[in-house]
Amino acid sequence: MKETPLSNCERRFLLRAIEEKKRLDGRQTYDYRSLRISFGADYGCCIVELGKTRVLGQVSCELVSPKLNRPTEGILYFNLELSQMAAPAFEPGRQSDLLVKLNRLLERCLRNSKCIDTESLCVVAGEKVWQIRVDLHLLNHDGNIIDAASIAAIVALCHFRRPDVSVQGDEVTLYTPEERDPVPLSIHHMPICVSFAFFQQGTYLLVDPNEREERVMDGLLVIAMNKHREICTIQSSGGIMLLKDQVLRCSKIAGVKVAEITELIQKALGNDQKVRKEGGKFGFAESIANQRITAFKMEQAPVDTSEVEEKADEIIAEAEPPPEVVSKPVLWTPGTAQIGEGIENSWGAPEDSEKEDEDEAGSDEAIILDDMKMDTAVDVAGIGGQAAPIVLSDSEEEERIILEPDKNPKKIRTQTVSAKQEKAPSKNPVRKRKKKRAAN
Amino acid sequence: MAGLELLSDQGYRVDGRRAGELRKIQARMGVFAQADGSAYIEQGNTKALAVVYGPHEIRGSRSRALPDRALVNCQYSSATFSTGERKRRPHGDRKSCEMGLQLRQTFEAAILTQLHPRSQIDIYVQVLQADGGTYAACVNAATLAVMDAGIPMRDFVCACSAGFVDSTALADLSHVEEAAGGPQLALALLPASGQIALLEMDARLHEDHLEQVLETAARAARDVHTVLDRVVRQHVREAAILLGD
Repeated sequence: MKETPLSNCERRFLLRAIEEKKRLDGRQTYDYRSLRISFGADYGCCIVELGKTRVLGQVSCELVSPKLNRPTEGILYFNLELSQMAAPAFEPGRQSDLLVKLNRLLERCLRNSKCIDTESLCVVAGEKVWQIRVDLHLLNHDGNIIDAASIAAIVALCHFRRPDVSVQGDEVTLYTPEERDPVPLSIHHMPICVSFAFFQQGTYLLVDPNEREERVMDGLLVIAMNKHREICTIQSSGGIMLLKDQVLRCSKIAGVKVAEITELIQKALGNDQKVRKEGGKFGFAESIANQRITAFKMEQAPVDTSEVEEKADEIIAEAEPPPEVVSKPVLWTPGTAQIGEGIENSWGAPEDSEKEDEDEAGSDEAIILDDMKMDTAVDVAGIGGQAAPIVLSDSEEEERIILEPDKNPKKIRTQTVSAKQEKAPSKNPVRKRKKKRAAN
Repeated sequence: MAGLELLSDQGYRVDGRRAGELRKIQARMGVFAQADGSAYIEQGNTKALAVVYGPHEIRGSRSRALPDRALVNCQYSSATFSTGERKRRPHGDRKSCEMGLQLRQTFEAAILTQLHPRSQIDIYVQVLQADGGTYAACVNAATLAVMDAGIPMRDFVCACSAGFVDSTALADLSHVEEAAGGPQLALALLPASGQIALLEMDARLHEDHLEQVLETAARAARDVHTVLDRVVRQHVREAAILLGD
């Protein structure tokens, strides 16, 4: 399915909001969305939620023969799939550009930075090495796939345990998880990608763009760092022109963000380890009960209500005064009245309902005005004479009760009442139409 | 590769260059008669060929046409004999796709696409010998080819690679220096304004050194610009002589 295009007014609205340093979800310019990490029952399986973007990561291993030019190193494979459930625009044939870009970026971030010690994956040099496969699946696309995917990959790798192997001379023994506890991989550092979106030719930048912001951005700068402030990858994409000091500033911001995220990851890993050790329940099934995997929770954004009264007063004071009330309605028939000249409608032949609406509006005003005059004047007949109904046309409604001009109309409430209720006493029938409220 | 010094005590690199020195650049424009624009560049031992067709009618689906700009289509291919070991897939693999995307991004920013709405500009780059700095050579060759085709651009797009060894930044890496596994940066720059069209970095580099490496790469790109400028002027002079004055 083709992506629905973004409307111009939405685009303009987003850009204007960004110019005023406001984001749709209330974040600040350098804020990340809430990051949640949950682990599955097996080692090496995790789901990372960055706001609503969800990525599932799974690590698996296999014993294979090594590459010819690197006989003592293990093999690493990374693969990110954009699942069709992530966004309606993702279809099997259509995603190639984005897919290539994301996959290459992930590969460079994780492989070239040597975050995993591949020498430790060697079992028998030249014959058997471990092949580690990291599979990432994007489950929901709400912007900033690369950050979520890089976090999922590194968390899954840290969480994974491979079976223990022992080599005695020529004999290689592979132990099952029941015989010997599986062994974690040796990970040197945790590279994490941070994305910066640029708007208006590089004037404004945002960290962690969501899907709407990604649609209107000019370009993206991705910086992958670890907590020791070493830059693992930089990639600028999109048609933006950067300046050197912008890049340096972004790298400083990235350093701060990566430190926060690394701390969060360590805490999540620590929690999971604790739960498993204490024999508690773990896995995705547990997270379902806590509404953490299967539901999108709308987080309540705190609203500042401290100055509401002053603001409300300001708004009322600056508001325009209500429009003036017309004083001389002409009653056409019982229930219909007219304010104004009675010129022909210049929009063309009005439909019956429209005319009725206009007339109804008039009638409300008429009745109210009569009411007001009732209050001031003692002489009922005088009022009636002023606003004598001139019956000009048939009324379409039979259940109407005729309002005699010299009787007192009851004070109307501004609430709406259905026509049926008015059938009751004939003495004080009042027709109330709902279309227009009284101007006062 | 233990024992191979990338930077000796006296400050010389493996091929005898200084830290900030570029390799020898030789370039020719108008290499092919058939194409609208073409160029060939040699940066040390890295040889790249670029060919430009356009601007012409959009081939394939008309729906891809942009109503206000030209579409830039880049393809990168490296010959099977370009590296030490024979490559099995010259194009279509992920790395070539990525290079194509990066080239497209670089040139979409530099070419004045608003002047040719609803048309397409094709840039094909072929690497004949890869000895380090392939992205940079491709960008430089493509710049010359686009100029040869007469397509208006904001400025030259000059690219250079840079690395970091022993707390010194090196400019224009060769294959040996790239394979050693240190940090590598590829930078494409518009020299007059100093704007960066593309920035790509691999492998670990501490944040404090980033400025130094960026500065070295920018200076090297400006040096490339001087050479390319001279090549273009020479070519125009030759063409004027041939046309007769």
